[in-house]
Amino acid sequence: MSRDVAVLGVGMHPWGKWGQPFVEYGVKAAQDALADAGIAWRDVEFIAGGETIRNGYAGYVAGATFAQALGWTGVPVATCYAACAAGATAIDIARSRILAGLCEVALVVGADTTPKGFLAPTWADNAADPDWRRFRLLGATNPTYFALYARRRMELFGATEEDFANVKVKNARHGINNPNARYRKEYTVDEVVASPMVSDPLRLLQICATSDGGAAVVLSSMDFAKQHGVADPVRVAAVSTVTPTYPNTVIEMPNFSTDSAATVAQPELGFRDAIAAAAYEQAGVGPDDLDVAEVYDLSSALELDWYENIGLCKAGEAERLIRDGDTTIGGRIPVNPSGGLACFGEAVPAQAIAQVCELVWQLRGQADGRQVEDAKVGLSINQGLFGHGSSVIVVR
Amino acid sequence: MTTRIPAIDGWFTTAGEPALLGTRCDSCGSYFFPPERMLCRNPACGSTDLAEHELGRRGKVWSFSINHYAAPAPYVGKEPFEPYTVVAVELGAEQMVVLGQLAEGFDPATLKIGDEVEVVIEPLFTDDEGNEHIVWKWRPVR
Repeated sequence: MSRDVAVLGVGMHPWGKWGQPFVEYGVKAAQDALADAGIAWRDVEFIAGGETIRNGYAGYVAGATFAQALGWTGVPVATCYAACAAGATAIDIARSRILAGLCEVALVVGADTTPKGFLAPTWADNAADPDWRRFRLLGATNPTYFALYARRRMELFGATEEDFANVKVKNARHGINNPNARYRKEYTVDEVVASPMVSDPLRLLQICATSDGGAAVVLSSMDFAKQHGVADPVRVAAVSTVTPTYPNTVIEMPNFSTDSAATVAQPELGFRDAIAAAAYEQAGVGPDDLDVAEVYDLSSALELDWYENIGLCKAGEAERLIRDGDTTIGGRIPVNPSGGLACFGEAVPAQAIAQVCELVWQLRGQADGRQVEDAKVGLSINQGLFGHGSSVIVVR
Repeated sequence: MTTRIPAIDGWFTTAGEPALLGTRCDSCGSYFFPPERMLCRNPACGSTDLAEHELGRRGKVWSFSINHYAAPAPYVGKEPFEPYTVVAVELGAEQMVVLGQLAEGFDPATLKIGDEVEVVIEPLFTDDEGNEHIVWKWRPVR
């Protein structure tokens, strides 16, 4: 039995720093996705919302908040939080409902309004919160952790500041024609390496910003898509939401330590490798089948890690890929044709959905100005705080 | 008189030799830091017999990050702001990586991955009442 579901529609509210309630972005994205699908809101049989934790109670119950804004229809709802993985988890819930036969057509929405500057703990004075503790005891911001990984790459694989800068330059060039991107400006390597140092070795232009934005997808059963007159929809072939396997030996936000490998052998695959492996296994495809990927470039250096995690090359070879232009549009395997987080900044509960929107446009041949030729298989990947895997494979 | 207060209780020694306080599973031998007191997190074990364990005092730098902007609250930085370094340290016996700030008085520009460091207890910040909040940090062994 096929476990595919159809993507009938996608929609986004442009990323930016608009300062409006997150609901507005979610509603706009939802309406665009519904229009793209040719589905009326009142015909949606399930809604899943990605939760935002920085917008008060309405954000905690985002699914119902969007449903209320679109007009109560009695539609069943779920809201989920998985940090950066929230969107993929919401997609997985909707997909599971469809595959279980509990509904035919579902809407998934994520949107965020973000504060300026570093993301900070949401509870003002809760010393029991690990997120609070890492700020208090270490001053460990998110870029602090990205910088640990970046320096590790420099030490182990000889990555240079220019390599990281080249990722930014590539993504900036990709995103320049994307109407939903927040930063649509070309950069040179010199400009990137002259930007202010934030968390050494990472500079401002190598770290993703926090943004406002919204993204939505309409999913349906394959039968429904056929009856709806869509014979050849883009299909979701896999959603990977795996957690790490003990012992997880890579330091993860917001932890103070890794697991100990003293008594239990390390798993064959590290966590990020395992996220991709689970997606590939579900979809029945491998890295060689990929035509395009959207990976979470929270930092430019982290994009290089993802190349290896999703099997585009062996460990230590990612620098060669960026140097040779393999991951540029027109290269062997374009990565982040949308412009990635480098051009978007992160709108946490919307971002994983936005990755899927881009892949769908790519597979439909609708990615004007940034189209990857003849894309048939696309993968998105990211990871939520504390250990939430997030990867979606779409095929056509 | 200044009172020294641990910035967090039960994670490090406050008398005698400086050391991080973790736990060790009596059943399978797994180590945990911060101290895990509920359940051994090795899913093949799950024992509730967790004993306090002083982590090895020395380790090797796995990586580090030099922060040029102050973290948001509840971080309390120096006034005026000074860059501060977060070091990830690999402990040999425990085979785990533990974070901590770099000790006072060391130029991070001279730090390298693989350098040997040892744990020290140092001031983190002083509060409005003049209490000195202390925390563990990593000091290069030279």
